[in-house]
Amino acid sequence: MTAEIVANTSDVTLRRATPEQRRARTVGILLLLLSAFVLWVFGFGVESADTSTFNLSLPGAKYENIKWEVDSRLLSAILAALIAFLGGLVLRRTYLRWTNVALAISLALTALSFLTWAAAGKSFSLVGMLVSTVVLSIPVTLGALSGLMCERVAVINIAIEGQLLTSAFVGTIVGSAANIWVGLVAAVLTGALLGAILAVLAIRYHIDQIIAGVVINIFALGLTSFLARRVLTAEPSLNSPGRFASFKIPFFGDIPVIGPMFFDQNMFIYATFVLVIAIHFGLFYTRWGLRSRSVGEHPKAADTVGIDVFKTRYRNVIMGGCIAGFGGAFLTLSQVSRFEENLTAGIGFIGLAAMIFGRWKPLGALGAGLVFGFARALQQKLGILGTPIPSEFLSMLPYIVTIIVVAGVVGKSRPPAADGQPYFKQ
Amino acid sequence: MTDVDANPEDGSDPEEVDEQATTDWLARATGVGSSVKQALLVPALALFSALVIGAIIIALTDVDSLRLWGDDPGEALRSTLSGIGDAYRALFVGSLGSRNAISETLFAATPLILAGLAVAVGFQAGLFNIGANGQMHVGGMVGLWVGFSVSAPAIIHIPLAIGGAIVGGAAWGGLSGLLKARTGAHEVITTIMLNFIALFMVDYLLTGTLFQAQGRNDPISKRADPSAQFPTLFDGYRVHMGFLVALAAVWHVWWLMYRSTIGYEFRAVGANPEGGKYAGMNVAWIYVAVMAVSGGLAGVAGANQVLGLEPYRAFSGFAGDTGFDAIALALLGRSNPIGVLFAGLLFGGLRAGGLQMQGTAGIPVDLVLVLQALIIVFIAAPELVKAVYRIKTVDESTKSAISTGWGS
Repeated sequence: MTAEIVANTSDVTLRRATPEQRRARTVGILLLLLSAFVLWVFGFGVESADTSTFNLSLPGAKYENIKWEVDSRLLSAILAALIAFLGGLVLRRTYLRWTNVALAISLALTALSFLTWAAAGKSFSLVGMLVSTVVLSIPVTLGALSGLMCERVAVINIAIEGQLLTSAFVGTIVGSAANIWVGLVAAVLTGALLGAILAVLAIRYHIDQIIAGVVINIFALGLTSFLARRVLTAEPSLNSPGRFASFKIPFFGDIPVIGPMFFDQNMFIYATFVLVIAIHFGLFYTRWGLRSRSVGEHPKAADTVGIDVFKTRYRNVIMGGCIAGFGGAFLTLSQVSRFEENLTAGIGFIGLAAMIFGRWKPLGALGAGLVFGFARALQQKLGILGTPIPSEFLSMLPYIVTIIVVAGVVGKSRPPAADGQPYFKQ
Repeated sequence: MTDVDANPEDGSDPEEVDEQATTDWLARATGVGSSVKQALLVPALALFSALVIGAIIIALTDVDSLRLWGDDPGEALRSTLSGIGDAYRALFVGSLGSRNAISETLFAATPLILAGLAVAVGFQAGLFNIGANGQMHVGGMVGLWVGFSVSAPAIIHIPLAIGGAIVGGAAWGGLSGLLKARTGAHEVITTIMLNFIALFMVDYLLTGTLFQAQGRNDPISKRADPSAQFPTLFDGYRVHMGFLVALAAVWHVWWLMYRSTIGYEFRAVGANPEGGKYAGMNVAWIYVAVMAVSGGLAGVAGANQVLGLEPYRAFSGFAGDTGFDAIALALLGRSNPIGVLFAGLLFGGLRAGGLQMQGTAGIPVDLVLVLQALIIVFIAAPELVKAVYRIKTVDESTKSAISTGWGS
């Protein structure tokens, strides 16, 4: 190979694989290995006669008792074959767009095979897990949306965690004192306030944006823990806000699997989906979006054509805070209905990772949120199945996934060009 | 002891400083020279401002006094003020009021100084190590393992355990550096994730035969051998040998950063990675080295948490909040080892006093976190201090931009 290159230097650029091609080759080989792994561990890790039963309907649903019984080993073997096929496809023709699709499909197939293995000889509520996936994806998706609102205008929002935590706290107190709707509004306003603080520190005072974010996080953790101990323990009645009830959308809610996942949830879930679509549309098809993106990519150019860089940044960062506040409200007004110290436990940071995973795009954020939601749901439900894998390792899963994602296994994602840099008007 | 040489980019215009220093009220009032005053002015004002806001928070959350306002405003005011007074008196008495209080302050400062140095080394090289907590956990577990599995006299056993902790922490920190160097993954994200992973790994190890105390079902480790336990410095007081280790670490980091070639390279890359590259430095390797050094220091802090205090065992989340306090500390100390030492003593005092405050005045110790966050805001935003106190000159050396986005 080297001899050839030396002999014919004009061919060097043609012969040397581009980084994308090399990555595709790596992914292809990885998929083949994954296929072998799936066949070996999940396929032959079960008794030959075992069947896995997946429940596809919830008890009490309109169409009850939809079940899928399948020979565990056979299914894993088929899945392994499919993964190997995809791996071969990636290796054969290194079409760049296909690589990620093949990777995503293969990972989904691996997850299914894993579930088959875990549920061998048992019955497993697949739809229950998928519903949990959607629910658990919501705070991550909202965190990611909050982050991308800010980063699209080149302000790094690492304070998502603190915004979620504080607005969850305020939502709880106000929700308990008044009602949950007022609590929701208070939570969103709290998020907006923290967004405004971040914006002032970053834009007006040019504090390093990561420092500003870390400070807000420490402040939020300290203040909410302090107040929780000092006020909530004295007045426990302030710590039971109640929850938003779920309501079923007629007809769609009765569709098996998809119905309970997307059409029989509470307001937060619907609102998140609407928000994702609205931000996607706004960011890429409206004047506001074009201006925001230009401020994030090249603020000086934006300024030159008359866009107010500071105003745009303030507005978007505060909107991002509102979204995080909404996410915080979700945590206490939809999920646990009770505030506990440090109840976010890193969700904000996972949201940040989901934003990077989703390549700074709203639909990407939703997709990434669902992946993280799935990892969490898996961790919760596998405890019930009693797999031999220690629960601590399952708890690590979302964080490991995040590192793998950020390390660029899914390809290099490019942040807005001016991300993190303060703007000085001349 | 200024860190102008550490951050050549952001040293403010010397002419401007000189001109304004003469007009500064504090300089006139104290007569202190410009450089020392510069180093102390902002931290002092930051601490003062934080305490004022802390007092407001205490007053606003004093439920009993708040109820009195309607009936008897005078009594309510008295009650509020006495609440604040009690709290801050306890804070002072608990940190400096007695020999034992001073011992407690030094005791609390020890892990803070070590972890603060870890973060400071990262800052100087332009890396944001939020993962001190994870590195403490990993380092502490390795140190503890050496502490109970090896039999040796203390003179060998303790250094061996500390060495193990350094290796463990360095490996965990170096992993983030490696990820950054090889893939461009931002260290802020990877270190936070590795924190969580380390936390769960500790939980897992504590239920396994390797670590779990015999005859116990709860997640708690075996006890370190007496020969691996850090001896106390004075009978009856909790301050122990770890404090001397921390002092040695301060000196060592100072030497490393300002007197060694590799430290120079760290700072050069921190000031300007591109420049470092053109000067022939292997920036990727330096990222790994910086994170390893940083992690190693955090590892010692972790060892301190298991070998320096009762029960000389590891338990779930034994590093506590130290890794996050360390960030505040490194900012307050301006990433300078000596600065970190003093910032560590201050935070150690806040911590020791905060516990006293919780015990006697019933103010949750979490208030200390709020105070710390406020201190950093004022430190990191000199313009804010400028605006609040109407002073014209402030040292802007902490304003260095550490973050320039997620890209590599």
